[in-house]
Amino acid sequence: MSAQRLIPYLPLAAVLALPFFLSNYYQHLAVQIAIWSLIYTAWALMGRFRLTSLGHGAFLGVGAYVPTLLWNNWGVSPWLGIPLAMALAVALALVIGYPCSRQKVIGHYFALVTLALGQVVLLVIVASREVTGGSLGMTPHPVGYSWYALQIPDRAQFYALALAAWLAGLAVWRWVDRSMIRFALESIAEDEDAAESAGVDVLREKLKITALSTGLTALGGALYAQYLMYLSPDAMSGVGISLQIVFAAISGGMYSLLGPTVGAVFTIGLNEGLRVLFGTHFIGASNTIYGALLVAFIIFMPRGIAGLVEKLGPRAKPPAAKPLSPDTQPAE
Amino acid sequence: MDIYLLEAIINGLLLGGVLALLSLGLNLIFGVIDVVWIVYAEIVMSAMYAVYWLHNYYAWPLFLAFPAAILIAALIGVLVHMVVIEPILGSAPINQLLATGGLLFFLQSLATLLFGTEFRNLGVRLPVLELYGLYISFSRLIAFIVALIGAVALYLFLARTYLGTSIRAISQDREIMGLMGVNERRTYVITSAIGGGLAGLAACLLVLQYDVHPFIGLTFGPITFMICVLGGLGNMIGGFFAAFIISQIIGIGGYYFSSEAAEVLAFVFFIVMILIRPQGILGKK
Repeated sequence: MSAQRLIPYLPLAAVLALPFFLSNYYQHLAVQIAIWSLIYTAWALMGRFRLTSLGHGAFLGVGAYVPTLLWNNWGVSPWLGIPLAMALAVALALVIGYPCSRQKVIGHYFALVTLALGQVVLLVIVASREVTGGSLGMTPHPVGYSWYALQIPDRAQFYALALAAWLAGLAVWRWVDRSMIRFALESIAEDEDAAESAGVDVLREKLKITALSTGLTALGGALYAQYLMYLSPDAMSGVGISLQIVFAAISGGMYSLLGPTVGAVFTIGLNEGLRVLFGTHFIGASNTIYGALLVAFIIFMPRGIAGLVEKLGPRAKPPAAKPLSPDTQPAE
Repeated sequence: MDIYLLEAIINGLLLGGVLALLSLGLNLIFGVIDVVWIVYAEIVMSAMYAVYWLHNYYAWPLFLAFPAAILIAALIGVLVHMVVIEPILGSAPINQLLATGGLLFFLQSLATLLFGTEFRNLGVRLPVLELYGLYISFSRLIAFIVALIGAVALYLFLARTYLGTSIRAISQDREIMGLMGVNERRTYVITSAIGGGLAGLAACLLVLQYDVHPFIGLTFGPITFMICVLGGLGNMIGGFFAAFIISQIIGIGGYYFSSEAAEVLAFVFFIVMILIRPQGILGKK
């Protein structure tokens, strides 16, 4: 890549570097935005192919709890624990995903099965309260500042870490976007049977994207837990957080590379802005507005903020492949 | 048999009645409009608050507060349909599901804003019946009986009236019914009202047993969806049976393990069943 081609990315790089020079509060927001952007991107990775999972809280929970449990009980470093948690989340996803794909559990049914899965993980965490602390939550054994234990009280350093993870998520998205997986999955989303008869290995492609999506979600969950240094079942798994993931990704725009990130900026910004505006007297006010906005978004702009920007953008590209009716193969 | 086990089974049976009522409303709406109202349990929550405020704040007697709450829930049902579902009736079903999901956030947060996060108790204490050494909660018994009456009334309405017949007809073939002279829009609105009303009825029964708080929907919402899918989405009879299967798993599982473990068991049972029979226990492919 020549130096000239890098110029358009300079403002973006400047924005990403900005939190390093800001106060603690803004660094805190930046870390949260980076982590949630990763998680929302991970969800949208499969969500945009009409694999609407309402249970990503399950993988978030696995990602958050497994490294902490390993650290607290056996002193295993999160550097080992996080890959293990990701593998475990992927395994869990495949255990559910394989029969789902085999039995053609799609649409509503897929959404509701995954919803149940998120709830299972929540209840398992609550029920095994001897090791997880149940509803009261738990903390990783603190050792102060330690990269080995991934306990980094310095916000700027953690921001760098979260930024790297987020970029890794975007890289995965880009890779999927440019590979055959994307075309295969778009055809599956349009019509599963037709895709299968055209030679697409439906089961394999679905499981591939599921593994990528859930693994990255677990990574996000692990980072979030390490950052907060506190884990609680309701914040890390279950229906509430699962729906939060879905809606943030949708409101940002799940069909664009940066859409889920826009969703994270939008939801966290809205929440903070309204909190500052209303103070803490009106708990619920921000979410009430957010809920109403969500309904409006899904009705009027199902492609989210990023979709709207792309449509109105001055440098509107010639109509590329539409999200779900691709013109992938030349008709021969 | 152990008397506590018997008690667990009876309590499970009684719980099943309310769950069956909840699943009936959701299945009716899915069968007719082809939409899953993720917000369903939050409509129940709203109606529970309605009972609470009318009874405790405005001192309405329960026999007035209950019908009022049912009417409010029916009205919410109509609003859900007209404001949220109707504009996107033609788009992908999953979008409609997600739109009602946005509404879930809205109602939950609105309740938090208006009423705070405290647990509120109706303050009506019903006696506990003792029968041959068995303790049975009277409020659960009433809930069970009313739920059954509600189910039978719904069945008679669907089977015997013109409106009911048109609702069933639409659920069988959406496209053709307009040509047959059935007003689709009106049928959808009425179905939504009935669905909302059933949520209101369930709320009246639940408010006697549980404290109200803004997040109560999350505790029995997932179970209701699970029951509907287990019975086959849109299949009211299947849902009815599934409600009792799930409530027995929760009741008996709670006796042997803890109540959370029992719920985990129910959810795992659900996931396994859906992977064996994705069309539901009574569903046809």
